[in-house]
Amino acid sequence: MARARWDHFEHMADVGVRGYGATPEEAFAQAALALTAVITSVDEVAPRERLEIELENSGDLELLLVDFLNAVIYEMAVRGMLFGKVEVHLAKDHLKASLWGERVDRAKHRPAVEVKGATYTQLKVAQEGELWVAQCVVDV
Amino acid sequence: MDIKKLERVDETVWRIPPKGKMRAPVLIFADEELIREMDDKVAEQASNVTTLPGIVGACYVMPDAHWGYGFPIGGVAAFDAEEGGVISAGGVGFDISCGVRTLRTGLTREEVEEAAEPLANALYASVPVGLGSRSKISLSDKEMEAMLEGGAEWAVAQGYGKKTDLERIEEHGRRRGAMPSEVSAYARERQRREMGTLGSGNHYLEVQVVDEIYDPKAAESFGLKQGEVVITIHCGSRGLGHQIGTEYLKKMQQAAKEHGIELPDRELACAPLKSKVGQSYLGAMRAAINCALANRQIITHWVRQVFAELFPKAELDLIYDVSHNTCKEETHVIEGKKRRLFVHRKGATRAFGPGHPEIPQAFRSIGQPVIIGGSMGTASYILVGTEQSEALSLSSACHGAGRAMSRNQALKAWTGQEIVEQLRRRGVIVRSPSLRGVAEEAPQAYKNVDKVVRAADQAKIAKLVARLRPILCIKG
Repeated sequence: MARARWDHFEHMADVGVRGYGATPEEAFAQAALALTAVITSVDEVAPRERLEIELENSGDLELLLVDFLNAVIYEMAVRGMLFGKVEVHLAKDHLKASLWGERVDRAKHRPAVEVKGATYTQLKVAQEGELWVAQCVVDV
Repeated sequence: MDIKKLERVDETVWRIPPKGKMRAPVLIFADEELIREMDDKVAEQASNVTTLPGIVGACYVMPDAHWGYGFPIGGVAAFDAEEGGVISAGGVGFDISCGVRTLRTGLTREEVEEAAEPLANALYASVPVGLGSRSKISLSDKEMEAMLEGGAEWAVAQGYGKKTDLERIEEHGRRRGAMPSEVSAYARERQRREMGTLGSGNHYLEVQVVDEIYDPKAAESFGLKQGEVVITIHCGSRGLGHQIGTEYLKKMQQAAKEHGIELPDRELACAPLKSKVGQSYLGAMRAAINCALANRQIITHWVRQVFAELFPKAELDLIYDVSHNTCKEETHVIEGKKRRLFVHRKGATRAFGPGHPEIPQAFRSIGQPVIIGGSMGTASYILVGTEQSEALSLSSACHGAGRAMSRNQALKAWTGQEIVEQLRRRGVIVRSPSLRGVAEEAPQAYKNVDKVVRAADQAKIAKLVARLRPILCIKG
């Protein structure tokens, strides 16, 4: 049974975020948690508020991943929030995501760094064996 | 980098001759040690840049270059709009007009060290740093528009700083040709509460001591005196620039396709300068340059307020403000002919030599100050543009140290607390909202900036003037 999880991969100047899951949806959601983990410990983020994101899906899953992560980065920036729980639903022509999180609390979250944007560097969305992998480098 | 792949022109210049789809050569400025340490990806990315239409001269690579997004960081490339030349969002970067400015204080090291702790606390309280900090300023739609048009000139008119500051900023503090209409509502929203914020990552506010002078004449004309204290601010266009970078990286993928430009790498997404997307980006990017200039101007004002409180006799005069993530329209002499070019400098500083009309009158005969930011706790440097920099590198030089270690590697190697204590023992006070951030940004995670500036000096793309050692660092 495939298990959803995330990790970071090495990039000299920045950080690579990577999500794994049984479906592209799970892998996308995990990649968003990997994004949170660039900033703070995911476990420290309480699911106090819920937010919906909706994006157009042109059919290219890789470009969609970058759009999705950039939409999450945007919401983090303008709302001053961090997200600790993410669900993604993919349809033929759109992506819907629910994000649960809370406002940045500097004493609690001790944010290490701010993410500027998701990039096309080492961008990959692919099925590897039983697992879907969704990854790219984010600029910090 | 594999040295065998390069032609050695002289001690500090290396060349990759054009082959395949390359339209121009790559020229790398570095000594042998830096070349060997440099990532192979730098050569690959610089070679890719030379395949873009309308490139003029070469892709110039600075001694601090490392692997970037499409363009290497530390890469310079100029394009001629009349020859189908392009503009690339990746060639500027996410943090548009990220840059450094240095102010002199006229105070001695001893004077400042007596009050170092209260100074650190006051600066940390006055300048918002790091994620989750909010500016005291919130811009209305009208103010946003005026800021994007006016840059530091707007900030000064709002009471942030002095009119005389403007002559010490590239383009006199205001990039003309900005088109706020091309800046999206998203980018504006991201910036609304971020004016005067420092950001995070490698951005900082440092109090430094001039601890060595290499060129007394240039140092004197810049107002640098051994043993005196200066302040350096390193930051950029904040959320606005990041959002513009993000949006145009995407738009340019499409534009490149539509204009039949073959991209060796998705990150090299670009559009012809004469296309709709090209012009739109140019207008938005210039607005972001103004945002960065206004941002550094506002921070300067808050720093001055802190100093006025603690050191009433200090006069904080701006030495110079340089940006190192830009694309600028400039006149350059190529094979004896003057040409208007759009010069991308991604992690590279403009370095005009003596006599250039863009340089402030006070040191026009000396050359443009080139400010090289170090990492937290290591030295920063002031260099000056040379007679040779125009012919060598289209008047461009390096911008900083560049990372030698990833963030994860740094986190495994030491803790933030260890770094804070190490720096304290070396006489550097650190203030940061995040110990993890301090660990990730530790001086040991960066390349040796001393080697980088020595190579730049040896290659004559810029000449060493002075070394600055930090005594206090505010880190996002």
